[in-house]
Amino acid sequence: MILDVRNIQTFYGESQALQGVTLQLEAGETVCILGRNGAGKSTTLKSIMGLTPPRSGEVIYDGKPVQGWPAHRIARAGIGYVPEDRRIFPGLTVRDNLDVASYQRKGSNARWTVDGILKKYEMLGERADQDGATLSGGQQQMLAVARSLMIQPRLLLLDEPNEGLAPVIVQQIGELIDDLSQTTTILFTDQSVRFALKHAQRAYILEKGQVVHEASSDELRADQATQDRFLSVA
Amino acid sequence: MKTKVLMAILAVVIAGLIAVPWIASYFYVFIFTEILILGLFAASFNLIFGYTGMLSFGHAAFFGIGAYATALVLIHLEWPFLACLLVSMGASALLALMIGFLSVRLNEVYFAMLTLAFGMMVFAIAYQWRSVTNGSDGLAGFTLGSFGLGLDLTLANPSVYYHVVLGIVAIAAIVLYVICRSSFGMILKAIRQNPERVSFAGLNVRTYRLVAFVIAGIFAGLAGGLIAPFLRVASPELLHWSMSAEPILMAILGGTGFFLGPFIGSAAFVLLETWITTYTESWMLVLGIILALMVIFFRKGLLGTAIDWWMEVKK
Repeated sequence: MILDVRNIQTFYGESQALQGVTLQLEAGETVCILGRNGAGKSTTLKSIMGLTPPRSGEVIYDGKPVQGWPAHRIARAGIGYVPEDRRIFPGLTVRDNLDVASYQRKGSNARWTVDGILKKYEMLGERADQDGATLSGGQQQMLAVARSLMIQPRLLLLDEPNEGLAPVIVQQIGELIDDLSQTTTILFTDQSVRFALKHAQRAYILEKGQVVHEASSDELRADQATQDRFLSVA
Repeated sequence: MKTKVLMAILAVVIAGLIAVPWIASYFYVFIFTEILILGLFAASFNLIFGYTGMLSFGHAAFFGIGAYATALVLIHLEWPFLACLLVSMGASALLALMIGFLSVRLNEVYFAMLTLAFGMMVFAIAYQWRSVTNGSDGLAGFTLGSFGLGLDLTLANPSVYYHVVLGIVAIAAIVLYVICRSSFGMILKAIRQNPERVSFAGLNVRTYRLVAFVIAGIFAGLAGGLIAPFLRVASPELLHWSMSAEPILMAILGGTGFFLGPFIGSAAFVLLETWITTYTESWMLVLGIILALMVIFFRKGLLGTAIDWWMEVKK
């Protein structure tokens, strides 16, 4: 098991955002967290990443408890994170955006290198020397995901990778997730059942800060009642 | 083409700076010495402000301690000038490490307030520790001996001192520029944009901020070491919090987004002060108006605005 989240409770000040979330990921899996707005999807990822440290419960990554670690240490341990707002570093070129993130691991025999990424993803390669701020929303998302690869993650957390993107871009992001899932364990959040079921093998449904349902994609696809009960039509 | 024109302009400016003592009066030799020293002070400040996004209100502490260090070494040890400057840089590095260690963990206004508080403490120490600092009178009566490296320079001659300052500031500026353009500098820029996102790349933001703070302190200390023999005194005013405002004003005036911005800002600041005070006592009023206009209409500063304008014209 690469990630074992046990009964975490996270608070924003006095208000409790997560009321005991438990979820597990086996290495190599692609899993989606579904749920309506405010269900706690983003908070779950932030709690794993150490941005909103859980007040109780455990986050065990690769056999080690990592709750309470600062974000940079969790990143170094091998968890890549792409936050929801997907902002890249404006003022830096596409290549520099990748370079910044690869600084930590230079010289290692890394799977992901700046040149490798620029070659593999033509869309980024063609714009390597362009200011990141001039990219479209979808291109920025691709770049943000690519940047998260520079720390050579064994687990990728993607927070609503499709939010606000045009359907044709959503399709590209889906292809990117499929491609990365060949080599990396992925946990992503989404509001769209269709997208989740297409690209993830399993899904957790979150409501009011708790996991209310867990199912494989095939099961959930057939279970219209659960979809209607917990998820908004998207 | 663009780079060629820029290089040409830079070459003319450098040639002009070298030629100042031969074409201008002593008065302007002094003015340009001050511009260069304060320019380095402002450029060191811009490493943490313009590049890393930390607004420090205590940068004069490092400038001042650099001045005191050089003065003390000259008075008590009579070392060559170059050695004095190294001591200045070491002293400011140590002070920046201490203040930075306690300050960089905080953000924005809390960071600003903490640096201001530490700056005031350093001022108070210099003001009251009479046996070492000579209190409000400051340290004076020191003379420059040799330069070091076996160079035979008459440092007491303002033209010679100007050229020494020009050389040292040029070298320091090149080193700062290389730092800004390195991967380290790029990470600082990224930290300014979004520190949280930098930590997702596995980088310890606090460490980077501290290193930037110490580097900025070292170069401010160097500038301080250059100002003491120029003013012939190291006094508490150099450490006062109002002195911390000068590099902020200069950086904004010249343009924080450009490496040379603070130097342009320093030139504008010193020249305007010189010219305006010949007409009126209320130089600060005029400066205030200019700054307000800059911030409202020309956010990118003099250099940034000039470059934008030039790009427009070229189209």
